[in-house]
Amino acid sequence: MPPADHSHPHSFQDDHPEPETYHQLLGLALHEVLVDKGIYTIDELRSKVAGIEGITPETHGAQVVARAWVDSEFKEALLNDGYAAIKSMNLNPGYAEITILENTPDVHNVVVCTLCSCYPRSLLGRPPAWYKSKSYRARVVRDPRSVLTEFGTSIPDDQDVRVHDSTAELRYLVLPMRPEGTDEWKQSDLARLVTRDSMIGVARATAPDAL
Amino acid sequence: MSARFQTGDRVTIAARAAERHHRVPAYVKGHTGVIERVCLAQVQPERAAYHDPGEPRQTVYRVRVDQRDLWSDYAGALGDVLEIEIFEHWLETA
Repeated sequence: MPPADHSHPHSFQDDHPEPETYHQLLGLALHEVLVDKGIYTIDELRSKVAGIEGITPETHGAQVVARAWVDSEFKEALLNDGYAAIKSMNLNPGYAEITILENTPDVHNVVVCTLCSCYPRSLLGRPPAWYKSKSYRARVVRDPRSVLTEFGTSIPDDQDVRVHDSTAELRYLVLPMRPEGTDEWKQSDLARLVTRDSMIGVARATAPDAL
Repeated sequence: MSARFQTGDRVTIAARAAERHHRVPAYVKGHTGVIERVCLAQVQPERAAYHDPGEPRQTVYRVRVDQRDLWSDYAGALGDVLEIEIFEHWLETA
């Protein structure tokens, strides 16, 4: 524990709880040493955290998907080279390779990282807690159809399920199927149908009458 | 570096044990699949995790394995597959 007269702030984010475990304390101690040594400032860290939190599925991933739904040339480029296509939208791909997994009537894709929690943060922001849970990571590779059903997504027998275990350097974004009844919709409205879960692959895009 | 395998090649994921950090989950070791695509070469995680540059880089492949091959009691569709990134030094010709 720090000495009683320790004057450093104990948390760089106002809404962070006090550290409780050994590793939380270790992380905080490392942070304080790095700040003391002038490696980075608390303001720099705060601005980094704000940048991470500024990335959301709505502002990033959903824009890419909606564009692919209305622009077939872009969609082809996206499937061919996700990194370049995302960059062409003035978004930061964030990783050396982004693979876009297109859902079709024949194939449903779902993404997991069994080893840790690799996630396309540059497009979807921070992963949800369940994505990092041991239960999801262990079960979705072993019995994907049951897990998808638990997410309310039952996959018909004539649609294959492809599970993508993101274990190395690539990141994946599912391109969900465009919902029926949206032929006349413009891109900005379509983007509202593209949820985080549909881009991980545990759900379909929102149906227009469910908005 | 040039890639040793091409899309469509049948490969077996090495059944090697490794006590230290590596990026091959146990459930795929020893299983055979098909190269789905060839990806970029990356530094070797077994070395990069321990203050080593991890060179030479190894080509990463996406390997497609049938779920029925992974799990003998798999009950989903015949076409259900798992795709996983495997570094070249963990692959053998099947």
